[in-house]
Amino acid sequence: MKHALELNNVTASYGHGSILHGIDLAVPEGGVTALLGANGAGKTTTLRAICGMIETHGEVRLFGEEITGKSPEAIARMGVAHVPDGRGTFSSLTVMDNLRLGAFTAKKRGNFQRSLDRVFDYFPRLKERVGQHAGTLSGGEQQMLAIGRALMAEPRLILLDEPSIGLAPVIVKQLFEILDQIARDAGVSMLLVEQNSNLALKLASNAALLEVGNLVARGTAKELSQNQEIARAYLGDVAAEGAGA
Amino acid sequence: MTFFLEQLIIGLSSGGIYAIMALALVMIYKSTGHVNLAQGEMAVFSTFIAWTLVQMDVPIWPAILLTVAVSFVGAIVLERVVVRPFAKADDLVVVAVFVGLFLSIHSLAGAIWNYEVKPFPSAFSDGSISLMDDLSIRAHTLGSLLTTGAVLTAVWFFFRYTRLGLALRAAADNHESSRLVGINVSVMLALGWGLAAGIGAVAGVMIAPVTFLDPGMGLAPLIFALAGALLGGITSPFGAALGGLIVGVLEAMVSAYVPYGIEFRELIALMLILSVLLVRPAGLFGEIVTRRV
Amino acid sequence: MTMESTDMTQALSAPRSRKVSLPFARLGYGAAALALLAATGVLEGYELFLASSILSYAIAAMGLNVLMGYNGQISLGHGAFFAIGAYAAAICIDRFAVPFALTPVIAGIVGMGAGWLIGKPALRLEGVYLALATFGLAIATPTVLRSDLFAEWTGGVQGLFLLINPAPEWAGLDLDQSIYLAVVGYFLLFAFLTLRLVRGLNGKAWIATRDNPIAARAMGFDVTRAKTRAFVFSVLACSVGGALQAVAVQFVAPDSFPFFLSISLFTAVVVGGLCSPLVGPLLGAVFIVMVPNVTEEIWQGGSWAVYGGVIIAIMAIQPRGLAGMLGWVKGKLTTHTNRKQQTGRNRPC
Repeated sequence: MKHALELNNVTASYGHGSILHGIDLAVPEGGVTALLGANGAGKTTTLRAICGMIETHGEVRLFGEEITGKSPEAIARMGVAHVPDGRGTFSSLTVMDNLRLGAFTAKKRGNFQRSLDRVFDYFPRLKERVGQHAGTLSGGEQQMLAIGRALMAEPRLILLDEPSIGLAPVIVKQLFEILDQIARDAGVSMLLVEQNSNLALKLASNAALLEVGNLVARGTAKELSQNQEIARAYLGDVAAEGAGA
Repeated sequence: MTFFLEQLIIGLSSGGIYAIMALALVMIYKSTGHVNLAQGEMAVFSTFIAWTLVQMDVPIWPAILLTVAVSFVGAIVLERVVVRPFAKADDLVVVAVFVGLFLSIHSLAGAIWNYEVKPFPSAFSDGSISLMDDLSIRAHTLGSLLTTGAVLTAVWFFFRYTRLGLALRAAADNHESSRLVGINVSVMLALGWGLAAGIGAVAGVMIAPVTFLDPGMGLAPLIFALAGALLGGITSPFGAALGGLIVGVLEAMVSAYVPYGIEFRELIALMLILSVLLVRPAGLFGEIVTRRV
Repeated sequence: MTMESTDMTQALSAPRSRKVSLPFARLGYGAAALALLAATGVLEGYELFLASSILSYAIAAMGLNVLMGYNGQISLGHGAFFAIGAYAAAICIDRFAVPFALTPVIAGIVGMGAGWLIGKPALRLEGVYLALATFGLAIATPTVLRSDLFAEWTGGVQGLFLLINPAPEWAGLDLDQSIYLAVVGYFLLFAFLTLRLVRGLNGKAWIATRDNPIAARAMGFDVTRAKTRAFVFSVLACSVGGALQAVAVQFVAPDSFPFFLSISLFTAVVVGGLCSPLVGPLLGAVFIVMVPNVTEEIWQGGSWAVYGGVIIAIMAIQPRGLAGMLGWVKGKLTTHTNRKQQTGRNRPC
């Protein structure tokens, strides 16, 4: 099977402290892969390593092509859109400018209008706020904008870093429904980092689990959610919750 | 009344110069968080280049354009070689480097062109233009006003409507996100310096015919531009430009109507800086700057 | 963040190994003080004048070093206070025939008054903004001194010539010697004060405030008071330095206090070495007095060029300036100095 993304023995560090100790991870083409783990396990670092924002060793392959050591802007141009933690919107720029920036690397400029329509389809709220500064948006709207900006790039792979963080449960539910729809429609591959494992496993087809810089489990989302140990440590009492629902 | 109008036009004319200098300061501040104290000296250096070209019988307008181009390239080199290595250093180190740059550029201009005060030709005719019955204004004053107006409009258009302008604005807003959408931030920072020096050069050649040219010429415009930038908001290009215009008019009015006003122009700029920083640190149109800890 | 906090713990546990080195240090200071006093008999005429000049700039630099190095506030405008001190002394001598050795006291009081007026608002400014405001102060000062409005007192553009009486005849000192001795006296006083302040609770409050104001507040330091004290002390030192300089030159005029003076004081502190309480300011003062002496004969803007180049070079190589380099050399020779002190190049102290 061809992989959208492959990590082979990837290590990464900030300055002297090593965060990732040799990670092997594969993200299949199409669909959502969830990367789970507790706070400080190295999930965000993994994403940063993929898009070249920190010093990385080992091998990172994007659709078979090696991208290790490339600059973030080069990796972005190769079709990786990163929705970073904290959303990373351009707060002093308008919503429209943010979306235009998303399309900065898009290959064909003629597709701009079509991508824009698609983003507004998913997130009608953004259309209403088009002239507003991103910094004045609510948290949920900012997350929508960040995802919308990623879509504007017509990416092959989207990296999502904790999209649910800081948002009300209702908004999170809506957001994940839209993410599900995007994954189905667009045929884009997604790597989703999430602390809320239940939520992530519902959306994802595959999943992997990080523990202090090491990958300790991977498989289909179903396998992982049925694994007793993982369920106890990361998912809360799934069985009980499932029975209740 | 005519006297007032005359002062107003003179004020707007020098205000235009302060406005584009302020804009140059804002461009660098927004993308790096540093105020380029050497901006005035860079403009003076550019003006000397234009002066040399004019001495070599290059017509004034081509000389100005060439100067802008040379300044643009020179500033990019300066940013790359001198400023960039200190990008992540402590505030005090950065201020010291800018002071060092200020001194170096100043003395280099002195070494090349000496300290004699030189007349600088106006890019416009030497005469006056009669606007009303008893109101006539020097052609240079009006021409300078129109030129700075055109520069401000062009800069606004560039940032608002071009892809590169958008990328520059993005780089100024958020380095990390810019890289994630595929913008080469490092190139943008250097470009920002180039643009700032380019429009600074225009300010220099517009002010030199009024104040005459010598290495110390940049000090007063710098403090007025700084006052304008802080008044309008050092994070807001529009605010800074407007602030520059206001400061120019204020300077003209104080010089004309307040006893000893001409002598205390700089002091008034200082008071303005202090009061803005204390009463409304973000300026009229700026955002509150969160302290970088 | 972690680095800053280790810096701070280090700073707060300072002075390192004070108990061991104290007797030696005292001996060293005593010997240096005696040498300065003894120089009265050795140096002559112009040499004495140069020495007086260097020491009076060193006093100003010691104050500014406390403000910038220890407290982390950036000032580009302390030449204004130097000028105020100089004019205060000059007017005292010119108008009221105050004995010259007392003028620094009055200058200090006047300077602190002005410092309070300017410092009260200015101290609310953070980092770069204070640098901008004081940069404005540096540019505005000369224009005010030149003004006709105060010409009756300041002598306007012409300035004031000062008639200075030497010490009484029984002392057996000529004019240069009398002036030099007075300067040495004030220098020793300020050296003592600076060390006491920097090594005491005030110094800890300054460093804590500089490194992490929020943590400093949490630790019970009064941040505003710490900043105000550093500012007032720097202003006091600069106005006393200015007064002594005016006495040494026996003349004040607007052109003696140009914009460049403020930049020179800044240069003295940065080049000499931030956070070296005595050696740094002394080396810096030697630098700003001697460099113009040498270069101005070669080329008018020479000292600007040298200052500019040296500042940038020092920031690139060793932000702790000449004193830091001396320390580094000493460390190489004695090998047992604290290594941590020499790392962390992105921060001067």
